[in-house]
Amino acid sequence: MIRFEDVSVRYDGVPKPTVRGVDLTVEEGELMLLVGPSGVGKSTLLGAVNGLVPHFTGGTLHGRVTVAGRDTRSHKPRELADVVGSVGQDPLAHFVTDTVEDELAYAMESLGLAPEVMRRRVEETLDLLGLAELRDRPLATLSGGQQQRVAIGSVLTPHPRVLVLDEPTSALDPAAAEEVLAVLQRLVHDLGTTVLLAEHRLERVVQYADRVALLAAPGAELVTGPPAEVMAVSPVRPPVVALGALAGWDPLPLTVRDARRRAAGLRERLAGVPVPPPGGTAPAGVPGDLAAPRRERRRGLLRGLLGSGRHQHPEPAADEPYARVSGLAVRRGRVEALREVSLSVAAGETVALMGRNGAGKSTLLGSLVGMVEPFSGTVRVGGLSPHRTRPQELIGHVGLVPQDPRDLLSADTVAAECAAADADAAAEPGTCRALVARLLPGIDDATHPRDLSEGQRLTLALSIVLTARPPLILLDEPTRGLDYAAKARLVEVLRDLVAEGHAVVLATHDVELAAELAHRVVILAEGEPVADGPTADVVRSSPSFAPQVTKIMAPQPWLTVSQVERALVTPPDASGGPGRAPGRDSTDPGPEEER
Amino acid sequence: MAHGPLQQARRVRPALLAPLATRSNALHAGAWWLWALGLAAAASRTRNPLLLALLIGVAGYVVSARRTNSPWARSYGAFVKLGLVIIAIRLLFAILLGSPVPGTHVLFTLPEVPLPEWARGVRLGGRVTAEGMLFALYDALRLATLLICVGAANALASPARLLKSLPGALYEAGVAVVVAMTFAPNLVADVRRLRAARRLRGRPDRGLRGLFQVGLPVLEGALERSVALAAAMDARGYGRTADVPPAVRRTTAVLTVGGLIGVCLGTYGLLADQGGGFGVPVLALGLAAALAGLWLGGRRSVRSRYRPDRWGVRAWVVAGSGVAVAALLIRLGALAPAQLNPPTVPLTAPELPLWPAAAVLLGLVPAFVAPRPPEST
Repeated sequence: MIRFEDVSVRYDGVPKPTVRGVDLTVEEGELMLLVGPSGVGKSTLLGAVNGLVPHFTGGTLHGRVTVAGRDTRSHKPRELADVVGSVGQDPLAHFVTDTVEDELAYAMESLGLAPEVMRRRVEETLDLLGLAELRDRPLATLSGGQQQRVAIGSVLTPHPRVLVLDEPTSALDPAAAEEVLAVLQRLVHDLGTTVLLAEHRLERVVQYADRVALLAAPGAELVTGPPAEVMAVSPVRPPVVALGALAGWDPLPLTVRDARRRAAGLRERLAGVPVPPPGGTAPAGVPGDLAAPRRERRRGLLRGLLGSGRHQHPEPAADEPYARVSGLAVRRGRVEALREVSLSVAAGETVALMGRNGAGKSTLLGSLVGMVEPFSGTVRVGGLSPHRTRPQELIGHVGLVPQDPRDLLSADTVAAECAAADADAAAEPGTCRALVARLLPGIDDATHPRDLSEGQRLTLALSIVLTARPPLILLDEPTRGLDYAAKARLVEVLRDLVAEGHAVVLATHDVELAAELAHRVVILAEGEPVADGPTADVVRSSPSFAPQVTKIMAPQPWLTVSQVERALVTPPDASGGPGRAPGRDSTDPGPEEER
Repeated sequence: MAHGPLQQARRVRPALLAPLATRSNALHAGAWWLWALGLAAAASRTRNPLLLALLIGVAGYVVSARRTNSPWARSYGAFVKLGLVIIAIRLLFAILLGSPVPGTHVLFTLPEVPLPEWARGVRLGGRVTAEGMLFALYDALRLATLLICVGAANALASPARLLKSLPGALYEAGVAVVVAMTFAPNLVADVRRLRAARRLRGRPDRGLRGLFQVGLPVLEGALERSVALAAAMDARGYGRTADVPPAVRRTTAVLTVGGLIGVCLGTYGLLADQGGGFGVPVLALGLAAALAGLWLGGRRSVRSRYRPDRWGVRAWVVAGSGVAVAALLIRLGALAPAQLNPPTVPLTAPELPLWPAAAVLLGLVPAFVAPRPPEST
């Protein structure tokens, strides 16, 4: 259905081709997943399918791309519109009209289909995607998942035989992503649509793929094969696969179900092994068991040995928390964006804010930096009221990296950006540049921030925020668009900051990130906190917020692959530190290694 | 058993009730505009404050009964406020600059600013008379009523749907306007977000300077979004053209270009001192040729239309009620001008004339005939 023959693409002004020598055939009715780190040319390949590359983007394409027998060389994107539907990451950038029904009809109108046919197909598509209730709604009022479903529907109505999706679930919360993936699944199974899909969040999609195509590095050869085989060699892999690889399961599991059925042995082997803190380092003075005094932890260890997963209540912190929100309400017109929110963040603590799109996470972060004025209740950061504090003074107390880090960047070189940051923060010249050098080695001074990758841009924005040395750092949806490597790098950077005593609050949909980093998770729903507690307790009790490892290892409280790895590598009691009681070695994994 | 009048009434009543609005029975946007323009035309014929108030009331009632909860429907309030502002400004000017209306009831006297000889005829300050103020008030009320009628049309008819009813050759212009309309709110959101982001860097987020400094990033963002939208539109078949015979294509080009040249020449002829004779016919010929070119050009477009608004009986009734109000007031104005334009000198309380008031009430018909929007969700 889609055939790439020795395809290379080189953009103007770039010395090396972005993709080189790609041969790929996607069969009819297949769901193929395209994986690889950022910047290997996944979007370029996807764009080549409907001819936007190179007709729209410029550049030179060597080789041949044919879709349903049509050569993209001789067919412009608009002439492929009836066979290829393509949807990007941001549905709002894709909408031409203003209501759901008109949007679904738009492509058909362009193709000049008869009014009766259009009417029938719009009705069918509304049902297929579960949008019937929303048919008259203005697009701007829909939730993220609904918008993405409308975007998919809008390219489905001309009955394309191929669907191309570039990171369709990246911006969505877990439940909305499920919604969209269920639709894709249905299209492939019921209508035989061919789907080519690129996605960073492999944990969400890999189980649906028939085959996976891997671009391991820029210019590397394309590897295709069944998901389990490709995942075995892939540098990017979801936690379920990583856990499978760690435990040596063959073939690798792709779903929680597969893994769970194999994990009985692993669970048995790890039963009673104390769970190391996910971050590896427990911050001092943090309430909750992660930073509990060693004596306390030993008691936890004992309890772990007895097979109980209970955690003790957080001890009251000795000193006042650095930031405290109490009884906060925020209004937008008549809408209560936040109600009765209370939260405290101590130095050296990481808190993850979770909840569906529009639950008020960003609003809460905004009120901590004074961008949002409280309607009632109080917000205190370092003893200040953020919305009454001058920005210049405030950045020394709290810094926010916004959802789109580009909002923070205004200069046209990294060096100029850093100089401006030093001036803003009244810091010694060179402070910001030194931070960039530390967090993001090997970046040239003259690089334009626009040319950085998503991960690099995020780190640059973080460096700018850190220039003023704020004890509290807020990040809004930091892993959007990041690949696993960039994410791992971010986790490392944030962990170091926390170890230095910074407090970190992240708003995120990424359950794996929260599991990896956060000491505490707060779940917001409709502007109200519905859960607040240690990460392990909160995520384990919620199916949509539980990371994959937790689902596989339940009822044991494991959160991340690295925890399991450390527990397997080191004897269980070594993590208990000195002062361990003798005779705890009964759970030594040695003999079980043979299994 | 014969059908009693009660049974009959039961069967007739649901037929009289306006149906709930859906997309299929949606009233044509043009009908709302005709109705509102009819009311506005009626308002322009009278200076009677009671009649004007009645017109505002009629428009307001229909809006409240039939508007949806869509974003454009909320614009009605803005138009009403604008009307109030106009009244305030008009009164302020009447106080400051005086009024040409002679009056004897002096309300108060402002110190008069002496003006030089060449500015005679303009007065600054001085006596403020009740007659003058009243005249200004009536005059401003009429202008405000006109605005409120336009606001009512704006609130009741979706501008996007109105543009969809344009002829095929003007379709591209319609798309441009719709895209611009969805872009404006995005642009405002961008400005807000970037100004807020300035705060994150420790720069003041208020004041004019802050606004100017986000200008470039906002433009960049808008440009990026336009490029993304253009790519999406292209990928969805925007701009596909049908194959038309070369002869037709050539004729189209000749007609359009020739027509436009004709329009230019004709306009020149009309405006120039000499040769006024050839102006009108050349202009008309050019227009005709250009229109024919547009019509032929429409054949190149393969677009079809999804569920266009239909002009049905209800649309006729709604538009007709507006036109009737205008026609009746114009007629009655000719018969009894004093009723529609009550004198302010000498001071008298205005009266509500019976027949014109009844005519204005005809404008309420859409509140009962137009399909009723469903309860807000």
